[in-house]
Amino acid sequence: MNWLSLNWPQVIELTRDHLLLSAPALLLSVLIAVPIGRLAQQRPRIGGALLGAASLLYAIPALPLLIIIPALFGVPLRSPATMVIALTVYGVALLVRTAADAFGSVDPRVREAAVAVGHSPRSVFWRVDLPLAVPVLLAGVRVVAVSTVSLVTIGALIGVPSLGTLLTDGFQRGIPAEVATGIIATMALALLFDALLVAAGRALTPWATIRHERPLPQEETT
Amino acid sequence: MIEFETVSKTYPGQSVAVADFSLVVPSHRTVVLVGSSGSGKSTLLRTVNRMVEPTSGRVLIDDEDVRERDPVALRRSIGYVLQHGGLLPHRSVLDNIATVPVLKGTPKRRARTAASELLERVGLDPKIGRRYPGQLSGGQQQRVGVARALAADPNILLMDEPFGAVDPIMRRELQEELLRLQAELHKTIVFVTHDIDEAFLLGDEVVVLREGGVIAQRGTPAEILGAPADDFVRDFVGADRAERELHITTVDGRSIAVDGTGRPVGVLAP
Amino acid sequence: MNLFLDALAWLTDPAHWTGPGGVPTRVLQHLAITFAAVTAAAILALPAGVLIGHTRKGAGLVGAIAGAARAIPTLGLLTLLGLALGIGLKAPLIALIVLAVPSVLAGAYAGVQNVDTAITGAARAIGMNPRQIVFQVEIPLAAPVLIGGLRAATLQVVATATLAAYTADFGLGRYLFSGLKSRDYAEMLAGALLVAALALLLELLFAAGQRLAAKRIAAPAHEKGAAESDSPREKEPV
Repeated sequence: MNWLSLNWPQVIELTRDHLLLSAPALLLSVLIAVPIGRLAQQRPRIGGALLGAASLLYAIPALPLLIIIPALFGVPLRSPATMVIALTVYGVALLVRTAADAFGSVDPRVREAAVAVGHSPRSVFWRVDLPLAVPVLLAGVRVVAVSTVSLVTIGALIGVPSLGTLLTDGFQRGIPAEVATGIIATMALALLFDALLVAAGRALTPWATIRHERPLPQEETT
Repeated sequence: MIEFETVSKTYPGQSVAVADFSLVVPSHRTVVLVGSSGSGKSTLLRTVNRMVEPTSGRVLIDDEDVRERDPVALRRSIGYVLQHGGLLPHRSVLDNIATVPVLKGTPKRRARTAASELLERVGLDPKIGRRYPGQLSGGQQQRVGVARALAADPNILLMDEPFGAVDPIMRRELQEELLRLQAELHKTIVFVTHDIDEAFLLGDEVVVLREGGVIAQRGTPAEILGAPADDFVRDFVGADRAERELHITTVDGRSIAVDGTGRPVGVLAP
Repeated sequence: MNLFLDALAWLTDPAHWTGPGGVPTRVLQHLAITFAAVTAAAILALPAGVLIGHTRKGAGLVGAIAGAARAIPTLGLLTLLGLALGIGLKAPLIALIVLAVPSVLAGAYAGVQNVDTAITGAARAIGMNPRQIVFQVEIPLAAPVLIGGLRAATLQVVATATLAAYTADFGLGRYLFSGLKSRDYAEMLAGALLVAALALLLELLFAAGQRLAAKRIAAPAHEKGAAESDSPREKEPV
């Protein structure tokens, strides 16, 4: 605690850096994975290949990926861009399957009824498929959010500042309190992300929270 | 007016669902297609709003081939009620009813007000408008489904076994409600069911279908019940069933109708 | 692409393929620590997971452990243990075991728990004792999911073993860190490609193993003809 009371401005700054790396990566992951997942669900043949590729991408360890990315994309090694790209790759790899499952979870009868009453293909996607996919999608996004926040720390090894800097710095200088602060702050940030996502999910899916209630008694006026 | 002109439909890799089906559904009338599963009745219904494209033949609405119409616009101009209500689980009851008007560009507030009126019209308390379909009973969901079909004030209503999934008492109520509505609204209704009693109750005209969309007999309920065309129809409508064989006996000077098992079913009106 | 050519040049340099710091030694070290960590985790977590899945008690515990494990930064665990236990293999090995346990536990638990109760019920009805049910019914049926847990654990450990080179002179991660320190990008990239290749190879092996296990279970149930003859002639809602 002594260490923290002397160094909290640095912790705050690193927390901000950590946020600025993880939040854009999470957002990009969702934006990229949802259309791919939708495609995978609609065209199972392409989908199988896409999902296979995604699970292979996910198998590549983080630190090596950080080192391969600059060689592929021409970004400098010690840059936030390298970090965001790597995190997005993992996020997409994890989320594509969830997104495909999420669209697969939409009752085809509901989708067909929507077509039958005159939804155009585009409004079926925006007004029916997407909102109904949110609960499953959100479960996946929560997993990705927590693992993204945790993965950001690896960037400290190549010199991208984040809460991970407390881990490497604390290790090199032999200060367990600094390392512990880094671990706890990272986990707290992950929990915060998770709580925000749960709250967002409640706000986005008011129908899902009450679905399990029993149907209300008959109240016909006639 | 809806006309089916030698409509055939073959699903890929399967045998013929419907072959050479022709029928005229006059305006402001209720025509019921009745048959067991495999008779192609749903397929026929779905050719009207282009959910199914016929393999050959054509469907005309007021002398216009439906293939000339944009399918999305066509569907928005026709009311459609499905067995499971087909309500969107993530939309409130009011928003479900207002779906088609909103898709057509009616301002949301006005569409909701109209939806609220429709709720009353189908016999529901407008207070349930803010609930979600999952909070309603099966019967209530079906009423909401009917309200949604009426929301854009279509001339045509297609009803695909709309009351098939609710219990018999509720079904009876819904049938009465539909009769009452139709007496006010005079829509052109094509109604699909496998329940012959429902067909006789609701249909101005009833079309009995065999396997593959072949018309076994068409006519008013009285015509079909009174003179079944063949054994298939006789069997299907249960013309030989005891409860259809009514005769009159006199008890204490009043004429009592009794069915084939001797069970009294009613009193003759003086 | 020049960077990749440099890495390729580094990889094809015979000098890097011999001695204590050579590629074969480093690969073997990497595989050895991975194998040791996953084996230890399996010994610890498999029986616990199977037991929890069999009795269906303590499921909340498994969920909590898996969730917490995901949130812990692996680098944090490595560095903290490194500080506590000093430079050497002990710290990374313990860290790797700790990281592998949740996946193995969750896989074993989920696999056994998902076995159809009708099947275990039938097994009991024909006179199997609990021990026979676990070993002859639940574990074989749980095999694909159980292997899936081992697969996730192995991937996690291979990846983290790379980081372990930060606190110990061990495994393929060494190339990455020495390259980082001396700004030798070719060495770094060569090391990264080696680790990635190793991870992908293990992933493919496990995927094949999992498919094989799943096939043995699913084969009799998926007779195509039977499924097709059931499909209705007409697409009517039933």
